[in-house]
Amino acid sequence: MSHRKTLTRWVLAGLAVTAAAVPAQAQQPPAAAPIKLGIVSFLTGPAASPFGIPGRNGAEIVIEALNTGKAPAPFNTVGFGGTKIEAKYVDETGSAANVVTEFRNLVQRDQVDAVVGYISSGSCLAVTPVAEELKVLTVFYDCGTPRIFEEKPRNYVFRVSPHATMDNVAAARYLLAKKKGVTSYSGINQNYAWGQDSWRDFVGAMKVLAPNVTSDKVLFPKLFAGEYGAEVSTLLTSKSQALHTSFFDGDLEGFVYQEQARGLDKRMTIIMTTGEAAIWRLRDKLADGTIIGGRGANGPLARDTEINRWFQKIYTDRYNLPPTYPAYQMAQSLFGLKLAYEKAAKAGAKPTADEIATAFKGIEFDGPAGHVKMAIGDGHQGITETAYGTYRFNKQKKEPEIVDIVRFPAECVNPPAGIDADKWIAEGMKGAKCN
Amino acid sequence: MKRHCGGGAANRGLTPAVPPSNSSGFAVLTASAILTDGLVYAAYLFIVAIGLTLIFGVMKILNVAHGSFYAFGAYGAATAVGIYTNGDWPAAAGFLFMILMGMAVGLVLGIILERGILRLVYGKDEVIIVLVTYAVFLILEDVIVLIWGPQSYAAYQPMVSAGNTEIGELVLSNYDIVLVAIAALLAGLAYWALKFTRYGRLLTTVIFDRETAAAFGVNVTLVYTATFIIGAMLGALGGAVMAPKIAVTLGIGVEVIVLAFAVVAIGGMGSIEGALVGALIVGICRAAAVHLVPQIELFVIYGVMALVLVVRPYGLFVRAQPRKI
Repeated sequence: MSHRKTLTRWVLAGLAVTAAAVPAQAQQPPAAAPIKLGIVSFLTGPAASPFGIPGRNGAEIVIEALNTGKAPAPFNTVGFGGTKIEAKYVDETGSAANVVTEFRNLVQRDQVDAVVGYISSGSCLAVTPVAEELKVLTVFYDCGTPRIFEEKPRNYVFRVSPHATMDNVAAARYLLAKKKGVTSYSGINQNYAWGQDSWRDFVGAMKVLAPNVTSDKVLFPKLFAGEYGAEVSTLLTSKSQALHTSFFDGDLEGFVYQEQARGLDKRMTIIMTTGEAAIWRLRDKLADGTIIGGRGANGPLARDTEINRWFQKIYTDRYNLPPTYPAYQMAQSLFGLKLAYEKAAKAGAKPTADEIATAFKGIEFDGPAGHVKMAIGDGHQGITETAYGTYRFNKQKKEPEIVDIVRFPAECVNPPAGIDADKWIAEGMKGAKCN
Repeated sequence: MKRHCGGGAANRGLTPAVPPSNSSGFAVLTASAILTDGLVYAAYLFIVAIGLTLIFGVMKILNVAHGSFYAFGAYGAATAVGIYTNGDWPAAAGFLFMILMGMAVGLVLGIILERGILRLVYGKDEVIIVLVTYAVFLILEDVIVLIWGPQSYAAYQPMVSAGNTEIGELVLSNYDIVLVAIAALLAGLAYWALKFTRYGRLLTTVIFDRETAAAFGVNVTLVYTATFIIGAMLGALGGAVMAPKIAVTLGIGVEVIVLAFAVVAIGGMGSIEGALVGALIVGICRAAAVHLVPQIELFVIYGVMALVLVVRPYGLFVRAQPRKI
């Protein structure tokens, strides 16, 4: 053969081989698009430091762990169902209109697959109808108002964390168990939905459990008032042996400093329903004997399980502070969403919001804060057990401690399915299963 | 009267006293509590409002950014408390350092704002000036986050080391007593300065009638600058003295500015004695409400303000001005 013909043959052969190889490569599936989550929390403003930032950090550390597939079973698949998660963090600060606008931006402009967030009950109440309208899977991680699922049935909105009724019913039970001689109690709560609802549930529970114990001073200072001299004086003139407060953050810290300076905690035991979030900052400034709640079995109130130890370790290693309850709530919410997603996903195809919602209803799982059952609110609202304890500052170790912990089963302090929380309390908490 | 000093919950030697069981004893206790609480609250309001009323009286500027002076003073004081507790200074020196640091922050901020921004809007419509100060307030809220971060700061050491005093069944924090003393001192100083110093008398003439004062050769621009800076320092002083009582966190400027406006509206814009009387009225009424009818505690301040304005539309100490052409 001539030289030219041989060359042509080699070129043609090479082209043929290349042509055969290309379709083989084209058969490999393209890398899956990541799952986009919108994470909304207070990143600035007074609620950032005790709640918003721990919640955001909880999201960051859990998403990182999920994306490397290093979380403990049954959460050890990468991301959600093998697909990595990409998070966009949005600040919850601003008016309700602002919050809703940001929500719409996440869904319509940023095309997120789901939104996990919201601390303020006001934000949750504003976002709920919009989430239903846009048919976007939304998981509220911290807001406490029971109203979300009591007003009407929801399709796309879920809340893994129990609502605030649990905190105040358990507070009443713990107080009566630990301070048997109580004849009178007072309250200081912030004058808005959270403070009003907390007091209402506490008083309601006390009336059912101990009808002879009366309430004396009922104080509702303005949210973020900061200066409580007159309130402390009023409480000093009261005969109550116990004081209920759902104060948080700057208000709680300011109140603690001001009452400490005047010895109020020597006259009455203070019950702080959200106290757990503040113990690492208040440290020896918080009086021994204060009754501390953590919106569930979170932080020092959590059971010593493998997944709790794992969560505490990864969080503390990264942020140099132990995780407090907002971080736990965020972790529980993400784990619940992950399980729902994976239950709904079939053969690698991405599930729709409707399929995830159907899978989410009624699921049960174990997270760092214990066992969750999506048992009320038509399967959209989670219940867990809770715990209350007494604060002590360990002077040898120079560390805060919560001792004398009492656990209350989920069905003891949460309303059963099908009845509103305040009605359940007013009617005597029928059906409560306490041990 | 028993006095207790020292910090920490553990070593407080108080015995829990029980309030009197007879009704007249209880009434006396409540009345004295209302009086002391009212004085303490009034002291806090006066220290914050005096700067605001000065600025408005002289410059006729409603300075919404006064809340920022308060916030910056508080944050500056928190930083100072951090410095002196780490350095283990004696409590009195530390307290003085804290006050001076707060006022220094106010001084710097006042100069920057007055020379940098306000100078450009003098003479413009009042609405524009209010909008400018409001915008400055919003910007400064974020500047605080840039400098100090979003977390809250605790500066409780001065309040705790001051200890407390028991008078009968009532326990008073000594720090609150110091606050009242500072407010009284400030009131006295302001009175003396306005009546007996040259600058004070210049200020009075400018408050009374700016144009006539200018016609007489008073350097009104210099008076404006000095007044704004003094007002800023006083606002920051308010934040500095309050820092040990509260948690220094974002948003503290917002709350205080609304209260300060109410006090200044009651007393009359530009009147120091008005700020004093306004603060006392608001303080005592609020304390009475908290003790007796807590449900109206929020309303009572503004209710009193509305009542005063119905009778005296320019405030208690300011007469209606004849309109000038």
